[in-house]
Amino acid sequence: MSTTTLPPTKKDAPVSAPAGHTSDRARSERKLGWLLAGPAFLVMLGVTAYPILQATYESLFSYRLTDPDNRSFVGLENYGVILSDPLWWRSLWVTGLITFVTVLVELVLGFALAMVMAKALSSIRPVVRAAILIPYAVITVVSAYAWQFAFDINTGFVNSWFAWIPGVGTDTDWFGDFGTSIFVICLAEIWKTTPFISLLLLAGLAQVPEVLQEAAKVDGATWWQRLWRVTLPNMKAAIMVALLFRTLDAFRIFDSIFVMTAGANGTESVSFLAYRQTISRLEIGLGSALSVLLFLSVVLIAAIFIKGFKVDLSQARGEG
Amino acid sequence: MPNAPGRSRPRGLAPAPVRASRRRGMAGAAALLVAAGTLAACGGESGGTPTLTWYYNPDNGGQVELAERCTEEAGGRYRIDTAILPRDASSQREQLVRRLAAKDASIDLMSLDPIYVPEFAQAGFLASVPEDVGERVTEGVVQSAIAGATWEDELVAVPFWGNTQLLWYRKSVAEAAGLDMSRPVTWEQIVTAAQEQEVELGVQGIRAEALTVWFNSLIESAGGSVIEDNADDPDNLELGLDSDAGRRAAEIMKMVAESGVAGAAFSTEDEAASAAEFEGANGGFMVNWPFIYAQAVSGVEGGTIDQAVLDDYGWTLWPSVEEGEPSAPPLGGIDLGVGAYSENVDFAYEAAECITTDENQAYYMINEGNPASSAAVFDDPEVVEKFPMADTIRQSLEQAAPRPQTAYYNEVTGGLQREYHPPGAVQPGETGAQAAELIAAVLRGEQLL
Repeated sequence: MSTTTLPPTKKDAPVSAPAGHTSDRARSERKLGWLLAGPAFLVMLGVTAYPILQATYESLFSYRLTDPDNRSFVGLENYGVILSDPLWWRSLWVTGLITFVTVLVELVLGFALAMVMAKALSSIRPVVRAAILIPYAVITVVSAYAWQFAFDINTGFVNSWFAWIPGVGTDTDWFGDFGTSIFVICLAEIWKTTPFISLLLLAGLAQVPEVLQEAAKVDGATWWQRLWRVTLPNMKAAIMVALLFRTLDAFRIFDSIFVMTAGANGTESVSFLAYRQTISRLEIGLGSALSVLLFLSVVLIAAIFIKGFKVDLSQARGEG
Repeated sequence: MPNAPGRSRPRGLAPAPVRASRRRGMAGAAALLVAAGTLAACGGESGGTPTLTWYYNPDNGGQVELAERCTEEAGGRYRIDTAILPRDASSQREQLVRRLAAKDASIDLMSLDPIYVPEFAQAGFLASVPEDVGERVTEGVVQSAIAGATWEDELVAVPFWGNTQLLWYRKSVAEAAGLDMSRPVTWEQIVTAAQEQEVELGVQGIRAEALTVWFNSLIESAGGSVIEDNADDPDNLELGLDSDAGRRAAEIMKMVAESGVAGAAFSTEDEAASAAEFEGANGGFMVNWPFIYAQAVSGVEGGTIDQAVLDDYGWTLWPSVEEGEPSAPPLGGIDLGVGAYSENVDFAYEAAECITTDENQAYYMINEGNPASSAAVFDDPEVVEKFPMADTIRQSLEQAAPRPQTAYYNEVTGGLQREYHPPGAVQPGETGAQAAELIAAVLRGEQLL
């Protein structure tokens, strides 16, 4: 037995309209569609396309905010500076590491939590869902401070509570090394965004047809077999969408690093590097170039997911 | 059929759009009211009285009180509103710079860390100081505070308060170690004493401005400077890091980091952490700003610190790098800048003069623990009573060395922090040259920071 999914139903085939020519009704419906979606489309253009284009344009200049008179066109020089700097590659590696670790752990944990939410007794289900969602409602900066205070050598309780673990003592300085800093940063991220991934997976779990589960039960499949052969294959789309969203999100990590280490001990992420050039150094050109590179990285990740893993975004919303 | 969507609307809810649109109308009206209020505030006029906005760094309410006092003194000619800035100096700068680059006319007065004065002046963000005002606000002010408010031989801001670090010690510890604290002590001496007495030495090793503060005073005390020449030319800036003084400063950093008395969290230790350590049972020595004394006094009043601990506090000038040579203690503080795009520059300077009178500086020092920039304030009987170390602070201010004055301060301090952190990894023979190379490359636009 391999995997069990329902046979695909063809819903995209046109029901009545003959192919090739547009009827009056279809035309007016399309017009109405544009009328309804148009304002949102314009807003999207204004708040996303315009800044992206402006950043791309400014990345071609040497431009310091405090010295606008000396702004000069330098072509792709800013990109050359960034791509030849080891700091960029190190930040990219750190960002990739955090993304990989957090998304992987969140996926496993999030799936377990989704199962708990799905299977919880209906009387306590709302309470369980609310409890699981609380971390996601906390503002990232606030959560970052909470974790920082917990692990801080002076104000934190972690060192005294966990002193029995080998390697942890009252004088463990969590933010003094690369490894321990990244550990706490990842922990804070995982705590905060696992609810998001579990919510998406819960929606996916609800899509798994109960008939297949029952059929598998009748066939004598164990719980583990049902999980691997029935549940997971049927929610592949939901899993991939959850992974895609979280990966894009995790790749832009900024707040936790800003609050906990401010980039010390080599913990700078790509976003942090862009922040430092643009906001601290006021080098708009160099910072814009970094932002464009960050944008391209995110586009690349999205492309890999959508083309490489054949993620169908519409399927996850139950439209498939 | 264009009315297709209409058919799908549930009939029972027909009145809903009417309700919604009425609600929307009210929301719109409210938004208009808010916008109108904001516009009125931007105009700087409320009922005919010009309103100055003072962007100030967070404190315990002292600057808001001064704003009220000076509003009263103005007798209705102008009033001062306050707007709070972020907590640390670099975030304060980020906010002010962004607003000023957009020619924000609402910034009339701003509390400005002296390290950013050159950058603001160079960018034309500060309204020029009228000559007569300049003369009045520098009269009787300690020299280092005037230097901090000056750029290219011109006074560009009004000195408000001038900060400096002292060497704080526990009298009992110094006595047990046999240190004569009435004479200048060296870094080697206090490290040895702390090791012998098994107490902690509080120094700020965090990757932040505090690290630059420490390093700058070490190199200045050793007779060098971070910037030797061409402070305003990014392509030819001459750094003094790869020098004997630079190596000596790095040696001391490394010695403190490896001494075992700097605390387990030395590489993340800031001023507050040092103060907490010094108040504790293991406190021995610490370099820190005088606010920690005011903090300890209120700790005693609040019952969190024993009176005996406070009585044990001793203070003297910042430690020397070489025996017999005077140290160059850190210099900090706040200057008042007047925004170049302000519509009320004259009133703003009048307000700045009012805020920085000796009387108001004394009030500020007593309530906030931040030292005045006017030398006369240190003779005020109330100040002397509250700050027994007032004389030491004044002497330290006279002796203090400012951090490098350059319009590219952010790049210089960022480069220093990247290369000299963590202090335990500093290589006295190499770090100076590496840092100089990095800062030069960053300023030429060839490297990221």
